[in-house]
Amino acid sequence: MTVARFWRRIPQRYNLIGTKCETCGHVFFPPRAFCPHCRRGGDLHEIQFSGKGKVLTFSIVHSASDQYAEQKPYVLAIIELEEGARMTTHIVCEPDEVYIGMPVKSVFRVLDAEGADGVIHYGTKFVPDE
Amino acid sequence: MVGIITYGAYIPRYRIKVEEIARVWGANAAEISGGLGVFEKAVPDYDENTATFAVEAARAALARRSVDVSEIRAVYVGSESHPYAVKPTAVTVGEAIGATPVMTAADYEFACKAGTAAIQTSMGLVASGMMKYAVAVGADTAQGAPGDALEYTAAAGGAAYVIGNDDPIAEINETCSFTSDTPDFWRREGEDYPRHGGRFSGEPGYFKHVESAAKMMMERRGTRPSDYDYAVFHQPNAKFPQKAAKSLGFTAEQIKPGLLVPRLGNTYSGAVPLGLAAVLDIAKPGDRIFVTSYGSGAGSDSFDITVTEAILDKIDRSRAPSVESMLNKKKYLDYAVYARHKGKIKV
Ligand SMILES: [Zn+2]
Ligand SMILES: [Zn+2]
Repeated sequence: MTVARFWRRIPQRYNLIGTKCETCGHVFFPPRAFCPHCRRGGDLHEIQFSGKGKVLTFSIVHSASDQYAEQKPYVLAIIELEEGARMTTHIVCEPDEVYIGMPVKSVFRVLDAEGADGVIHYGTKFVPDE
Repeated sequence: MVGIITYGAYIPRYRIKVEEIARVWGANAAEISGGLGVFEKAVPDYDENTATFAVEAARAALARRSVDVSEIRAVYVGSESHPYAVKPTAVTVGEAIGATPVMTAADYEFACKAGTAAIQTSMGLVASGMMKYAVAVGADTAQGAPGDALEYTAAAGGAAYVIGNDDPIAEINETCSFTSDTPDFWRREGEDYPRHGGRFSGEPGYFKHVESAAKMMMERRGTRPSDYDYAVFHQPNAKFPQKAAKSLGFTAEQIKPGLLVPRLGNTYSGAVPLGLAAVLDIAKPGDRIFVTSYGSGAGSDSFDITVTEAILDKIDRSRAPSVESMLNKKKYLDYAVYARHKGKIKV
């Protein structure tokens, strides 16, 4: 990802900023500028998600690209935030800890880095919420 | 009066035992643990660094008390392991707590006392009326070369303080510092690991500065060690703060709650801020806390602090994890996995 593209996504990545349609009540992450349900009747506003949610489904990644090689095996999951939006994310835990329905909460972590001399990308991951 | 509005701490989940490091290097574990008074140390996860610790600690502080983040006009992060050589950690913290863009920010470096230097700067900014709140963080992912004595203690963690004037949970009655040019520990630009003057650098470095700053503080306040409920000293190992406390006249009971190093290791810039956080976790109104940091190179910052009634009704300490709970929530690593965590082996 280019530096400029990541830069524009800092608010959503650091602080889980998404959007909510006031017309139908649906929430979106990543944020959308247009409600697919209400179309022209949509009324979208920024919201900050609480960072609490639960695991809908997950997979254990055993073969990873160079970027994440040292972290494998790791847990990749689709979670549902308590406000309703769904997202794909890393769950920071041991592969045998995760289960469907597991409560999770957001944490601030390094997502990746452009090599040893490039930009470090920070953002949100999730951990078990005990 | 200027003081601590709220505070937060962060300790990563992983630990390695001193015994395990000694095993790899063929050293005598009992001798090393006994000599240092350190038994295990906190290790960062693969995706954690000083910036992520600083953000987690600052967010923990804000979880405990509702603070108007638009009134936070300064963020200072003290560390000797900032992720970038050029590009401040403090802006990442500012962005992640929603305090940007109307704020100033900078990173501090002064070996292990950069966090208390950030608290002092923040005190000046709010006491002068330049702003309502400033955030000061001390955090580190300390580095010790494999096999070096520092590897047994170099640990990871940090704590954050929101400094302000209105209803502080603890008033900072005074701060003073003792500083000199003393080459007891250093790391040159571009080098991965620090070097140190060896075992004899304790006297002209740690003890001279800690004891001078501490005595100056008690002289200024007209106090004696027995006037304080708790004392927190910089803790590169357990022996140094115990010895300094004893020679100043503080008891083992006064320093125990803030002496985390046996179970945490040396978190450098995070050490005194975390020790103070552990004390604030259990403090009651009226408690008086004596704090003295130390940074090699060298200097000590001393603080005289009084806990107020606000700790009971202006803050909800249970809304963020206590230092004790984070110390107890741990997972041990063996040396091979630890080395991968620390990036000591390139895979
Ligand atoms: Zn809808
Ligand atoms: Zn809609």
